[in-house]
Amino acid sequence: MKTDQIAVQTEDLTRRFGKFTAVKSATVTVMEGEIFGFLGANGAGKTTMIRMLCGLLKPSSGRATVSGFDVYRQSEQIKQNIGYMSQKFSLYDDLTISENIEFYGGIYNLPVETILRRKENLLQELGLQSEAEKLTRELPLGYKQRLALGCALLHDPPILFLDEPTSGVDPKARRSFWNLIYLTSQKGKTIFVTTHFMDEAEYCHRLSIMRDGEIIALGPPAKLKETHKKSSMQEVFISIVNGELPA
Amino acid sequence: MRKRIVAIARKEFLHIIHDVRSLVIIFAMPVLMLILFGYALNLEIQNINLSVFDFSRTPASRKLVNQFAASKYFSIRYEKGTPSTIDSLFLSKEARAALIIDKNFARDFRNAPTTTVQLLVDAADPNAASFIKNYCNGVIGRFNDTHSTTFPLPFEIKQRIWYNPDMKSAYFFVPGLIALILIMISALLTSITITREKEMGTMEQILVSPVQPNEIIIGKVLPYILLAFLDGMLILLLGIFIFDVPFEGSSLLLILLSIIFLMTALSFGLMISTIVSTQQVAMMLSLSATLLPTVMLSGFIFPINSMPVILQYLSYLVPAKYYITIIRGVMLKGNTLWQLIFPAMFLLILTAVMLRNALHRFNLNLEK
Repeated sequence: MKTDQIAVQTEDLTRRFGKFTAVKSATVTVMEGEIFGFLGANGAGKTTMIRMLCGLLKPSSGRATVSGFDVYRQSEQIKQNIGYMSQKFSLYDDLTISENIEFYGGIYNLPVETILRRKENLLQELGLQSEAEKLTRELPLGYKQRLALGCALLHDPPILFLDEPTSGVDPKARRSFWNLIYLTSQKGKTIFVTTHFMDEAEYCHRLSIMRDGEIIALGPPAKLKETHKKSSMQEVFISIVNGELPA
Repeated sequence: MRKRIVAIARKEFLHIIHDVRSLVIIFAMPVLMLILFGYALNLEIQNINLSVFDFSRTPASRKLVNQFAASKYFSIRYEKGTPSTIDSLFLSKEARAALIIDKNFARDFRNAPTTTVQLLVDAADPNAASFIKNYCNGVIGRFNDTHSTTFPLPFEIKQRIWYNPDMKSAYFFVPGLIALILIMISALLTSITITREKEMGTMEQILVSPVQPNEIIIGKVLPYILLAFLDGMLILLLGIFIFDVPFEGSSLLLILLSIIFLMTALSFGLMISTIVSTQQVAMMLSLSATLLPTVMLSGFIFPINSMPVILQYLSYLVPAKYYITIIRGVMLKGNTLWQLIFPAMFLLILTAVMLRNALHRFNLNLEK
């Protein structure tokens, strides 16, 4: 459900670690309600990009706004407006499902009644009502991942950052995870997702492909396939990363 | 802000109670240490095997030997051979000291101005040897007091030993052990709890939320202050009830100063967690950096005044040194706050320096 409001905007965003440049003048604009994919090999700069937008890392130069807030000066406001889930599922294995949910509600300062209400909703959505008092480590990976997503969305942020959310999960669980992402996007949330699975890339509204810290292709999957005259994103990705020019 | 601290403290508390095994270790380890130290770390020597070569064989010489037998320190064995066997007695550890009474002992004791007996001590362990020598002098002194036929001594020294009249070692080490346990447990637990979140990647999840670094730290440390405090109280009560350690001073003062010491220990743990990134290294570093200096350099066992000067200076950096002064003062002597103001100030300064350093490094790690 795209609107014409800008959710995330970057201009020449750059991050250096010593002499190494992890992200080189990245310029992207993501609209509200969009599912925006970041593709790239390992070490291409996807995670650095996300970390800068989430306020975990200060950019070296360039400009960026998230939900209209500046990443340099307004990181506190940004933090209230984003959800984040990383490749390591950020749940506490030794706490119960219910305790994990309550903790995330607590650190976002939600009122107790809101936490309890949303916890019930989340447990119901995941079909885990009867498991709420079980330890999280007993959950299958696919459930953990959906629970982690639910926790990241507990404070109802308009923008969601997912850093390789499906690594290590089987194809079936990935499929159902992406259904969840679609549902979330239909509720008007902007989703920023990094992945290296090409089938997932097809699900995105728009994609950017990174190589060595640079964004070298940007557009809807269908458009990218058309320009590069390839039948799948897999082939597009390989030809782009290998430096072939569009035919 | 309060609510977020509570959320973090609550989560940390849940980690603690879900992990029953660690909880048992946290409380069982200090008790075990107390009992081990309590019964093994005894600086007194008892049941010293004393071989007696009595060539006098008179009522006077038997009285002297009985005087030794009457003290709890010696167990007496009459030897029939010659003093040349002493060497083999010492070598086979059948005796640690030998007393040789000359055949003229009874006569000289009555008539001559002085008489001598010979005492030989196995000084392979010099500390023990000097204890044995002192015990023997005590016994012989008392013998002279009661049996000397010549005029009494022109003056005598009446000894009164204050604060620990029975010279019990437990009085000395129970307070020290509380210091050791408090600093070890608090530094270990705080350094592990923060590195665990770094290792698991959950720290990142917290950092993308609006929680401030100082809220994370306060929230995480609060439950451990409570835990370490309970641990300290447990040892204190066991010390008082099992080892009869007296408590002369104000318990309120001790609680107040103990909380300051806990803050020092926790800041130390925090500082470690900002330097290392895995739980294992945090554990090794916090154990070795608290255990060794506290045992060696704090006055826990070895007196600081008799150390080389450079170690004496180094001991100023050991937080337990101040706390041991405080807790011994309050428990054994009944010191007041004013008498303990210097160690208390030093603890506050150490805490401030370490906490500032830890917070600074914590923020720095975020910006990287």
